[in-house]
Amino acid sequence: MSTELLALSVAEAAARIAAGEVSAEEYFEAWQGAAAGDELNAYLWSVEDAASYEVADGPLRGIPVAVKDIFCTEGSPTTAGSRILEGYRPPYTASAVRRLDEAGARVLGKTNMDEFAMGSSNENSAYGPVLNPWDRGRVPGGSSGGSAAVVAGGLAPCAIGTDTGGSIRQPASLCGIVGMKPTYGAISRYGMIAFASSLDQCGPLTRDVTDAALLLAAMEGRDGCDSTSVGIEGGIVAPSREDLTGLRFGVPSELAEDSVEKGVREVFERTLREIEGLGGEIVEVSLPHAEHGISAYYVIAPAEASSNLARYDGVRYGMRAPEAGDLIEMYEETRAEGFGDEVKRRIMLGTYALSSGYYEAYYGQAQKVRTKIAEDFAAAFSGCDFVVSPTSPSVAFELGAKTADPLEMYMNDFFTVPMPLAGIPAISIPAGLAEPDGGGPELPVGFQIAAPAFAEQGLLESAFALEQGIGFQASAASRLPWIGGGGDG
Amino acid sequence: MADLEAVIGLEIHVQLATRTKMFCGCELSFGDEPNVHTCPVCLAHPGVLPVPNEEAIRSALKIGAALGCEVAPRSIFHRKNYFYPDNPKAYQISQYDIPICSGGRLGEVRIHRAHLEEDAAKMIHVGESGRIHGSGASLVDFNRGGTPLVEIVTEPDLRSAAEAAAWARLLRETVRQLEVSDVNMEEGSLRVDANVSVRPAGSEELGTKTELKNMNSFRFLERGVEAELERQRELIGSGGRVEQETLHFDPRDGSLTPLRSKEEAHDYRYFPEPDLVPLAPTAAMIEEARASLPELPEQRIERYQEMGLATDTASLLASEPETAAYFEQVADAVDAEPKVAANWVIGELAAALRQDGVEGGAAESKVEPAALATLIAMVQEKKVSHGSAKTVLATLVAEGGDPAAIVEREGLAQMSSEGGELESIVAAAIEANPDAVEQIRAGNGKAIGAIVGRVMKETKGRADGGEVNRLIKEKLGA
Repeated sequence: MSTELLALSVAEAAARIAAGEVSAEEYFEAWQGAAAGDELNAYLWSVEDAASYEVADGPLRGIPVAVKDIFCTEGSPTTAGSRILEGYRPPYTASAVRRLDEAGARVLGKTNMDEFAMGSSNENSAYGPVLNPWDRGRVPGGSSGGSAAVVAGGLAPCAIGTDTGGSIRQPASLCGIVGMKPTYGAISRYGMIAFASSLDQCGPLTRDVTDAALLLAAMEGRDGCDSTSVGIEGGIVAPSREDLTGLRFGVPSELAEDSVEKGVREVFERTLREIEGLGGEIVEVSLPHAEHGISAYYVIAPAEASSNLARYDGVRYGMRAPEAGDLIEMYEETRAEGFGDEVKRRIMLGTYALSSGYYEAYYGQAQKVRTKIAEDFAAAFSGCDFVVSPTSPSVAFELGAKTADPLEMYMNDFFTVPMPLAGIPAISIPAGLAEPDGGGPELPVGFQIAAPAFAEQGLLESAFALEQGIGFQASAASRLPWIGGGGDG
Repeated sequence: MADLEAVIGLEIHVQLATRTKMFCGCELSFGDEPNVHTCPVCLAHPGVLPVPNEEAIRSALKIGAALGCEVAPRSIFHRKNYFYPDNPKAYQISQYDIPICSGGRLGEVRIHRAHLEEDAAKMIHVGESGRIHGSGASLVDFNRGGTPLVEIVTEPDLRSAAEAAAWARLLRETVRQLEVSDVNMEEGSLRVDANVSVRPAGSEELGTKTELKNMNSFRFLERGVEAELERQRELIGSGGRVEQETLHFDPRDGSLTPLRSKEEAHDYRYFPEPDLVPLAPTAAMIEEARASLPELPEQRIERYQEMGLATDTASLLASEPETAAYFEQVADAVDAEPKVAANWVIGELAAALRQDGVEGGAAESKVEPAALATLIAMVQEKKVSHGSAKTVLATLVAEGGDPAAIVEREGLAQMSSEGGELESIVAAAIEANPDAVEQIRAGNGKAIGAIVGRVMKETKGRADGGEVNRLIKEKLGA
């Protein structure tokens, strides 16, 4: 019975619970059991007692959600993957999580992540790396690696994460699931621990596009606690489109072919043919400034992070260095002990970029590039409905393969960074399996579709039609971790 | 060596008296138990976001309107980054290159800008000095943290310490009458810092300035600036150079000591606050702020001067709007020059209120403006002597009522020179003071006082002093 329940998609489970065929408690407990079997280091904390919990009667009634540990959840541990927040229990709950609660869902556990969402492999967590359920010798991607791994690994039916430069889409791609970054402002950021405030956005990680739409529908909306939130006009409904007739999909001519793995390229090309088979048209578009996206991103995000992370000073909550002699020492020792290397690297980068005398050359210049990238997309969307690319240049790579070279790690974000810089939504859907360049068993490849700001409904409709056309779940069924397949475990 | 001219600019922090804090819903307070008005936002918990307080924006627009500032169509909040325990986010949300208000003028001083920001929490350093260095422990009270502030920055248009203090008083009165702040310097709801420099008289260039902090009264402001001007003049006079630094005023001995550079030397790494959208007040909000302005002290002083009041009297009244309104009601009701009514209000009435220990000023006293007007008229018409009028006023202060009835009841009507009664009392008084008479005849005019005094005593003050003098002189043929 339990296995059968776990095989249901969120939409199916919600329908059965609503129809009274499955009880919310039974379903939740089944997932609790699954979560308890986490061998991927994907959960940092999971809920223990389920009985005394009343769930709201909404569209997600009884649905357990794995929540990236970057969202504050009242009374339960929230670390953002950092030592500096060890033992911290927030006095309030993030708006996105509260909205899920109000829709009837409930938190199943908090998932591991790169410290303060800084990373593309989950190896920057202070609590150890998350293993990819397809191959435990490989990374799940990052920074929402835990959220991707629990969904792909059958440890949660769905999850939420945050995407600053690709942190939802890239791990979704590497784990063979759907990950969506909505338009900046679609979902409240209140209670989401800030990494780079002008880029961070919450979004769903799910098995399929329909489930992503369900979670987005519950979470989006204007929130009085977030001045930059606006919501999505008209809301979101479950997608139902069956073909892509009349839609144009733009492929950027600047795609850096060299850096993309052969297998990834093949899956990408095959997916373009699939789009044409569904009636869609492939056109070439130009994003001339996209190649500078990584440079701009790695100035803007660290600059904002250097300010956002300054509050972790040991004064009010979290860790405090015990032996400090005076105030300055307390700051220095707390932060030296509490933050990991990548976080320190970015704080230093960002502090430098904002320093008087360097501001214009770095932060000012990066903002100009950002504007150019947004203009590129606006121009591209005048000639097409969506812009498509591989989500990640490679399939999941081996643990430790890129940790020695931060720049190589940063290049993972090449395809995902331009969208947050432009504030537009994008989704990654699994498009097939491919061998890594170095050989080995096949691994999932993600296909990214980006749309104009607040065009989420259309984006979901197209992704849904394409998902049906690709039939990833059916073709990869024998290896899908959540139904007992999967790599070596 | 040429004279060194003082060049002073002020930076004034006005704590707004809104109901809640600048970026969260915590109530403002003063004197409450520490750390009771806090929430995740003002304690800078992970993940929180600021939401601007509309009432604070409206208050800033009022201040801007009162100072004649331009309102920016889209002003920007910035983050000012620095580490200190009173600053829990490690950045203060302030405004930088595009403040909500810029330009403007109050009196003879140009306003550079006025912007919105949030106050820091309050630090209490346990130890003798009361400052962080050398203290045994430091405590933080976050009740104040996040209180809305408007920072007003003047151009360096002030030329002496006294001028700076006088202008700061005018600003305080102006802001107070907008009812947007308590403007209490001791409680810190009005804080004035001064930028002080000197330059050769006639020079257009600015000298190196120092910034003076912690002067929590107008007197201290004047003393602090005076001391610093003297220090700079002596320094330059002896061939030295002024270093740009921040000086801390110690009210106990009036000394100025540099703040440790480690505490104050910062690169604030300003950048636009990504958690907030540009602040764009609607035309209606700007208009509402303008329309809500009361008559401000500067305009009121001018109007009173045109009415014939002396400058001092006009300034005094303008600084107390309730008393000013009272004065205007009296002046309207009485057929006398406004300055006569003004002198009664700030002179005799104020004295009578003080004498009786009445608080709250004329407007809140039992003396109706119409009653005072009647009394003034009776004096003018010589129905009651000036001295008796004071007696009537004392009764009015104690009981209220109608002055005419009090005069009647107490038998205080002025003794008329007709009918001979006053004349005979005068004659008796002359007779009783032969020494005085002799002195007057010898040319000592002042000696008449003794005879007048005797008459006043006999008449219990009901006689008109001028009339008594006239009668005495007539009798003595002087």
